[in-house]
Amino acid sequence: MTLQLILSVAAALIGVGLFGALSQQSIVMVMMGLELIVNGVMLAGGAAWYFLTPELPDAQMLVVVALVVMAVEMAMGFGATLAIYRARQVDMVDDATELRG
Amino acid sequence: MMLTSLAIVAVILLGLISVAAGVAVFVVDSMAKATFALLVSFLAVAGILLALELTYLAVVTALMMTIEMAIMAVFMIMFMMNPAGLMPMTMVHNARTSAVAGVVVFAVLVLGIWTIDWPARVGSLPADSTRQLGEAIMSSHMLVMLVIGIGLFATIISGTVLATHRGRYDRFGPDLRTAKPNDPVSGGLR
Amino acid sequence: MTDPDMGGTGMTLAAAWGLLPAVLAVGLTALVLGVAFAAVDSVVVSGGRLRSAVEPLRSSLHWLAQQRRTTLAPDRLLWRSGVIAVPVLAVLSLAVVPIGGRTLLSTSADLVWFNAMEALLWAAVWLVGWGPNAVHSLVGAYRFLAQGLAYELPLMFALITAGLGAGSLRTMDIVATQENLWFVVSMPVAFVVFLASAAAFAFWGPFASPAGADIASGVMSELSGVDRLLVQAGRAVVLGAAAAMSVALFLGGGSGPGLPEPVWYLLKTLLVIAVIVSVGRRIPVTRPDRFVEFSWMILIPATLLQALWVALLVLSGFYP
Repeated sequence: MTLQLILSVAAALIGVGLFGALSQQSIVMVMMGLELIVNGVMLAGGAAWYFLTPELPDAQMLVVVALVVMAVEMAMGFGATLAIYRARQVDMVDDATELRG
Repeated sequence: MMLTSLAIVAVILLGLISVAAGVAVFVVDSMAKATFALLVSFLAVAGILLALELTYLAVVTALMMTIEMAIMAVFMIMFMMNPAGLMPMTMVHNARTSAVAGVVVFAVLVLGIWTIDWPARVGSLPADSTRQLGEAIMSSHMLVMLVIGIGLFATIISGTVLATHRGRYDRFGPDLRTAKPNDPVSGGLR
Repeated sequence: MTDPDMGGTGMTLAAAWGLLPAVLAVGLTALVLGVAFAAVDSVVVSGGRLRSAVEPLRSSLHWLAQQRRTTLAPDRLLWRSGVIAVPVLAVLSLAVVPIGGRTLLSTSADLVWFNAMEALLWAAVWLVGWGPNAVHSLVGAYRFLAQGLAYELPLMFALITAGLGAGSLRTMDIVATQENLWFVVSMPVAFVVFLASAAAFAFWGPFASPAGADIASGVMSELSGVDRLLVQAGRAVVLGAAAAMSVALFLGGGSGPGLPEPVWYLLKTLLVIAVIVSVGRRIPVTRPDRFVEFSWMILIPATLLQALWVALLVLSGFYP
């Protein structure tokens, strides 16, 4: 019962994050949406460890990997934002269309 | 040992806070408030992890996310037109489609969560979850950490390459012979 | 909890005394350490006049009575949260410091807890600077972030070096490992870096440029009344707590001949406070941009080498 409740909270975080990542125009705000999604994944991983397999470290490792994903996402996101802003004064995803086919 | 009823109430409360703060990120006008709403969401999740006896992961989440959000605040204020939200404006596209996508994903996940027949818990809680994680990192799951290490190293290099527009030839001259680097702001050493 | 055998090592203060008395005890300790730091600082700044030890108390009373002034269109929510967070985080960081042999909480990741509280302090000070919608205040906040980028990594390596020597992230275990030899002997670099970082995250002494006179006292410039009291008290308690933490990590905790453990602990803490103040007040204020380069080029390699040295000692069975 508690497991389902916590997983529902994680699902809500993922849903809100997806909305943010898809709807925001500013690159930095898109990154905040992505972070919320990973936040939900971390919560779900922690709940899975506690309620399903506390004797195995695998779910804990999943949370560690999610943390690292978040760090990498932020470092590369800010790097890309700076690079594209420096080249063309662009800070909105709508204007970054070089790769459109 | 399962959660006490007090812990369950705390977990539900923290869950509500984390979702409410997550929604607030995209509702408030002020970018500083949005950043710190995201931090509140992370801290609430860290609180739930603490209640689930994942002490190390909870504390390290709080640590990493606080540092991330402090740096995020700098970038938000640097890149947004309206950092303090004193002139309300919206910066969204495809709001309706995105909202539908978010709600559909949430609905599908919740449907799955409440209809799946979850297995019973295997085994019992370890005496010290931090020790369990540390031993896994250093023995059975070392490959994961090795890959993470290489990935983070690659991130450091590519992040620096992307973010900086000056290389060593800009700093030390075309033949790298200049003794004092030609920096816009000189550092403390040379 | 009346069984005297329950008071053995490895037990938290909250379990030994009950939660409320333990929290009160830690709060009181925080107050004592903060007042001690402020008094010593005041005496040293005034050139050794003992009378100026009461100066912090007098200004505290003044700030309590002072009316709070405000600015045009402040971000009130974030401003107040930052101001309240500074002293709260200072006390929370003390929760894992084993004064008298016991910590309030034993989290199995005490060192990370201390570090997390200090990182939250980073965000809180930025909020204090951002809140009032004033230029000097915000410049001070950005200086503090830049300074944080400099001290954060050396501080983490210094903390983890002590954990490495003890093979545990628990402060009580770290104190127990120093039974024969204090960690300051085998890891002096980590000790010095830890104390310097403590001054840096309380933006005090040589690292006070976020509240520097050149920007009209920066992050502190728009604070008045109770707000100012809370932030100043928070800074003093943070420094006191860091001094107490350094005693646990590097100076053998409360061990010593004759006197009871808490007395030794407080004596050592007061000594560390006196050393920090008398050295820190003699060094000129450094600019954050200069300190960043020094920190990344010198302090990070130095702390890494220190950690490597301690790792080799651990492998050779140097620590019990």
